Amino acid sequence: MANDIKILTEHINIPGIETFEVYRKAGGYNAVEKAIKKMSPEEIVEEVKKSGIRGRGGAGFPMGMKWSFLAKPEGVPRYLVCNADESEPGTFKDHYLMKNLPHLLIEGMIVSSFALGANKSFIYVRGELMYVVRILEKAIEEAKAAGFLGKNILGSGYDLELVVQPGGGAYICGEETALLESLEGKRGNPRNKPPFPAVKGLYQSPTVVNNVESIANTPWVINHGGEEYAKIGIGRSTGTKLISASGHIKNPGVYEITLGLPVDEFMNSDQYLGGIRDGHYLKAVVAGGSSVPILPANLFYKTANGEDRLMSYESLSDGGFPTGTMLGSGGFIAMDETTCIVRNTWNFSRFYHHESCGQCSPCREGTGWMEKVLHRIEHGHGTMSDIDLLVDVAKKIEGNTICPLGDAAAWPVASAIRHFRDEFEWHIKHPNEATKLGAVYMGAEILA
Amino acid sequence: MENEVPLIKVTIDGQEIRVPAGTTIMEAARQIGPSVAPPAMCYYKPLQGSGGKCRACLVKVSAGSEKDPRPMPKLVASCITGAQDGMVVENFTSPEVVEARKGVVEFLLINHPLDCPVCDQAGECHLQDFAFENGVGEKRFVEEKRTFEPEDIGDKVQLHMNRCILCYRCVYTANQLTEKRVHGVMGRGDHAQISTYIKNSLESDFYGNVIDVCPVGALTDKTYRFKSRVWFSKPVDAHCDCEKCSGKVQVWYKGDEVIRVTARKNQWGEVEDFICNTCRFDRKKTSDWVIEGPSKVARNSVIAQNKYGLNQGKKPEFALNYAATNFKGIDDARDYNQNLDQIKKSEDYKALMQKNDKFFSKEKSLK
Repeated sequence: MANDIKILTEHINIPGIETFEVYRKAGGYNAVEKAIKKMSPEEIVEEVKKSGIRGRGGAGFPMGMKWSFLAKPEGVPRYLVCNADESEPGTFKDHYLMKNLPHLLIEGMIVSSFALGANKSFIYVRGELMYVVRILEKAIEEAKAAGFLGKNILGSGYDLELVVQPGGGAYICGEETALLESLEGKRGNPRNKPPFPAVKGLYQSPTVVNNVESIANTPWVINHGGEEYAKIGIGRSTGTKLISASGHIKNPGVYEITLGLPVDEFMNSDQYLGGIRDGHYLKAVVAGGSSVPILPANLFYKTANGEDRLMSYESLSDGGFPTGTMLGSGGFIAMDETTCIVRNTWNFSRFYHHESCGQCSPCREGTGWMEKVLHRIEHGHGTMSDIDLLVDVAKKIEGNTICPLGDAAAWPVASAIRHFRDEFEWHIKHPNEATKLGAVYMGAEILA
Repeated sequence: MENEVPLIKVTIDGQEIRVPAGTTIMEAARQIGPSVAPPAMCYYKPLQGSGGKCRACLVKVSAGSEKDPRPMPKLVASCITGAQDGMVVENFTSPEVVEARKGVVEFLLINHPLDCPVCDQAGECHLQDFAFENGVGEKRFVEEKRTFEPEDIGDKVQLHMNRCILCYRCVYTANQLTEKRVHGVMGRGDHAQISTYIKNSLESDFYGNVIDVCPVGALTDKTYRFKSRVWFSKPVDAHCDCEKCSGKVQVWYKGDEVIRVTARKNQWGEVEDFICNTCRFDRKKTSDWVIEGPSKVARNSVIAQNKYGLNQGKKPEFALNYAATNFKGIDDARDYNQNLDQIKKSEDYKALMQKNDKFFSKEKSLK
C-alpha cells in the first residue's frame, strides 16, 4: 500500500521551513497563486467537495459540504475561523503542525477564505500555546510583506486580514459555537443549535469553523485537484491523517498516515509506533483522543465481523460503540497491562468535570458525580451498585446536552465499564489490594 | 391582513393544534394546556435568549415535519426548537422522555441543599414542583455536595448560591432590564456561581426582579426573609400609580399586614410586568395600593390551602376530638405522687443522668 504519501508533512524536515523564503522555495504559496489568479471561489469549493476530505477536528463532517452550507446573504460579511484550540488529552497534532509549518496553515487560510469570500479570518489558538501565537504572527507579517496577505492580494483586488487570537485556556472553547462566543469576547458557553454557525455564527454573520489540519489540506487539494486527493485513502475516508501517538509504545510522536492503513501495521511496524515497549503487552487503546470509547486489545485488531481493523473513520467505528470506537481527532493512546483502567477512567472523568462549562444541567452535575463515584471506587470505597449507577448516569448525560462535551464525558466511562467490568468489580471486591501502589488487575484479556 | 403568518399543524401527545409558523414546541404545547406542556426551569418567555440550559423540557420528535417525516435522532429542548408543519411530538407519552426527565431532576438535586424547611421559596419553588411531578423519591448521590461561601450582593437581595441551579435567568434579567449588569456567572462546571465581580452590589431601579425570575430560593427578598411561609400568606392583585413601572403587582398579606410585594405571574410562573424596586421594597402599606381583588391561585398550589381560611378551624377541632376520645384510654393506675427523693433513687433516673454527663463532657471536649 502506498503509505508514503505525505500531504502535510512533506517538507517538514527542511531546515528553516518556518521562514517564508524557504517555504516559498519548497513550493509554498503556489496554491494561493493558482487559486486567486486562475480559479473562482465556486471552483475551489467544488474541488474541496470532490476531494471528500472530512473534518479533522473529531466529528469527521465532510468539509466541502460544510462550506456549501454557508449562507451568503447580501451585505453581510462572512468569516472563516480556524479552530486551533486543540485541548483534547492525547491529541497534539495541530500544535506540531503550527509550530513547524506555520506558513502551511496561513496558505490554507488564504485559499479557504478566498473560496468562502471572507475578508477577515481568525485563527483561535489555545491560550497555553503563546509561543505558537508568536510564530504565527511572525509568519503572517512575512506573508504580508510578500503580498500574499493584506490589501489587494497578488493584484487581484481580494483583501484578507488574518487575526491570531489566543484563547483563555478552556477545553470547551474548542467546541465551535463556544469558540465563537469566546472570540466575541464573551464567556465561552456553547450556543444552542440551530441556528448553525453557517447561518449565524461570529457576530451573527455566516461563519465556517474548521480545524487546523483540515485547512492545511486545502493547498494540496488546489495544487493537485480534488479527484487526485480522493484517490488517497479508503472509501469515504480520503486523504491522510495526522495521528499523535502516546502511551506505552516504542516510538511516540506525530505520524502522517494514509487513511486505511491496517491497525496492525501502524501499531507494530518500525516505521510507525514500533509496538508496545519490550516485555509488555497491549491491554487497551484509546484511538482518537480521550473522549472516544476505549477499546480492549482483542477488539482493537479485529472488527466485529472478524476483518482486520484499518485506521479509517468507518473501520474504527465499525459495529457502533459496543465493538467500535471513533477516529476522532487522532489522539492515539496505547496502554499496556500495567495500566489500571479504573484509574485511567477516573483521570479522564476528572478532566471533563473540570472542563464542563456548567451551562446545561446533565453535563454540569453528571460529570462531577461520575468523577466522585470513580474516585471512590479507585480509592477502595466503592460498592457493587456504583457500577450500574455509573452506566445509568452516563446514559442520562449522553445525547441530552447542548454540546458534545456531555457525550465526550459519558463515552469513556460507559465503554470502560462495558469492556473492563471485571476490573471495576475487582476494585470493589478487593479494596485493600486495589489501593496498593502500582496494583493492577491482571485478569483482563491480554493479547500478545 | 399584512404579513399574515401561515398556520402550521403540530401534534403533541396526540393533541393537534394550529400555531403560527415560527412558534417553538414549548409555546405550542402551552397553548394546548398544562396537561401536555413540558416543564421549564430555565426558559422564561419574557426574557430574550433564555432557555435550552436546564434540559427539563426535553421532548421526543417522532416525525420532523410533513416534508421530512424522519424522527429526530436525539431528544430536543422544546423551548428552543421551532415547530414544523406536520411535526409529531411526544412528551409525557414517551418513556424515553420520562426517563431523561427523571435524570434531569436527579442532576438538579444532587448539589441542591434540599433545605426546603428553612427556604423562603418553598411553596412557590419551581424545582419543588418539577421534582415532585417528574422525579423519583429516592436519591443515589452519597457524596459531599458542593457548597459556597455566603456572599452579599445587595442591600435588598439575599443570595444563597448553594440553592442555585444556574438557569441564567437573573443574568438575562439584569442584561435586558437594567443599564449595567454587575453580576454574572463566574467559574465553570459545577463550581460555577452567580456572583458580582469584586464585591460589587446590585444597584438599579429594577434589580429586584431577579427575585421573581429565580425559579428556586437562590435569590430572595431580604425584607421578606423568614417573615412567613408562603402558604400562610394571601395574595391579592393591586396596582398603584408608579412613574417607573406599570404598578401592577401582587400584594401578599399575612393578617392585615403587607409582608411582601411581587410582580404578577401567569400560569407558567412567568412575570407579566416587571416592577420597580420602589413598588417591591418600599410600598408596604395597604394605603399605598388600590386593591383589585384576590389573585387567582392554582387549585393544586399549596398557597391555595390557607387562602380563605377554610381549613383553619378544622385542625384544632380534630385534635381536640382526638384527645377527648383517647383521654379515657390513659392508664390511671400509675403512682403520680412519688416524691423527689424516690425519683432520684430510681434506676431510670441514674441512667438518664449518666447519659447527660457523657453528652456534656463530650461537648466540653469539642470546645
